[in-house]
Amino acid sequence: MYEQIARNKWKSVALVVFFMAFIFLLTWFFEYATGWGKGGLVLAVVISMVTAAAGYYSSEKVVLAISRARPVTKEEYPYLYNVVEGLAIAAGLPTPRCYVIDDTAPNAFATGRNPQHAVICVTTGIIEKLNRVELEGVIAHEMSHIKNYDVRLQTVVVVMAGVVALLSDWILRSFLWGGGRRRGGRGERGGGGAGAILILVGLALAVLSPFIATIIQLAVSRKREFLADASGAMLTRYPAGLASALRKISADTEPLEAANKATAHLYIVNPLKDIKGAVNRLFSTHPPIEERIAALEKM
Amino acid sequence: MGALVVFLIIIAAVAIMAVGMYNSLVTLRNRCDNAWSQVDVQLRRRYDLIPNLVETVKGYAKHETGVFERVTQARTAAINANTVKDQAQAENVLTGALKSLFAVAEAYPDLKANQNFLMLQEELAGTEGKVAYARQFYNDNVMKFNMRQQIFPSNIIANMFSFKPRDYFQIEEEVARGPVKVSF
Repeated sequence: MYEQIARNKWKSVALVVFFMAFIFLLTWFFEYATGWGKGGLVLAVVISMVTAAAGYYSSEKVVLAISRARPVTKEEYPYLYNVVEGLAIAAGLPTPRCYVIDDTAPNAFATGRNPQHAVICVTTGIIEKLNRVELEGVIAHEMSHIKNYDVRLQTVVVVMAGVVALLSDWILRSFLWGGGRRRGGRGERGGGGAGAILILVGLALAVLSPFIATIIQLAVSRKREFLADASGAMLTRYPAGLASALRKISADTEPLEAANKATAHLYIVNPLKDIKGAVNRLFSTHPPIEERIAALEKM
Repeated sequence: MGALVVFLIIIAAVAIMAVGMYNSLVTLRNRCDNAWSQVDVQLRRRYDLIPNLVETVKGYAKHETGVFERVTQARTAAINANTVKDQAQAENVLTGALKSLFAVAEAYPDLKANQNFLMLQEELAGTEGKVAYARQFYNDNVMKFNMRQQIFPSNIIANMFSFKPRDYFQIEEEVARGPVKVSF
């Protein structure tokens, strides 16, 4: 378990560094192409550092905003708060803040960069559709994500991968639509072949980057869902509760509107509901629900 | 000269190990204390809820005095319990008494619709859940602490500084395991 936590922390750092390098390269290519020279290099370093820091420290806010979640008080949802407080005690963690998404599709996720800044977010649907032991199972699963520092990695991934995808999209467009103008400009300075190669590399990077982002997302999920299921069951000492909750959530066909490809891997069950067939399974962020239930029932 | 250096190095290594073991025993003992205070906080919260609950039920079911007395007595006994063992025993009695209180409430439909009663019931169920989790956390910590006192070589240090194993906080009664369940 401690090994897992250490690995998660290390991966988070690696991811932030990778992200910084990526942003740096992208901005630098962009600025090289537009002819900024040395000043552009410095600017690229500054931009990459600022975006990485901003992404790291605001990641949970970004995630919550994307998911259209709102904070709730204990007076509004005493039931939810009691369950969360109980499991925080069981896990020996500070009580996370609670957020709610007004959606009838049952689902839940946790976010935050460490246990002190953790947030547990559930849909109103999950509160209505699950009974107490099932909800405890779900919250215990999320609490394990917090305890294992999965949330830091997963949250950082949302923001970093999101920005990578957005930026590469943006650069690709600027190459496609602004290519002619820039070619003319460089012709006057006589940059020639090297510039063209750089543009090609930049273009390749821009085309590849959404795939890179997707791969990062896949690499960070899956196994840890099994682990969170197991350690969640350790917290409640009642694996059947979570198993029954997973069955209920997966049986519900309603998609969650506030979820998208960037945040799907955060949720306890894939909120996009379009995972069918071997290929999709290969690219899925979650292990198949039947396997998770089977693993829980074996405990 | 060489032998002396080797001897001193061995002594130093043993001393460092002993210090490490002593410190980890102290850390574990403090964790047990901290976990117990968590249990205590939740138990207090539960005791605070009970008078309110009794009052609310009394408003609808005046004649069930026997049940009210049992709950009140069990509560007092639980508050006054000193050791972990006594506390566990008193909690068992209290849980039983509360169960009969909720059984009484079953017979009064007006009471079951009372908003205040429903709220108290949710609070109590939530608090019982927290007691259970705090107990589990405490017992896990006690297990680690006791284990460290028994395994070699830290048992030597534990004996030397007379560390005492802690009691587990156990709820014996099989039915007392879950939170009080009341069906409507």
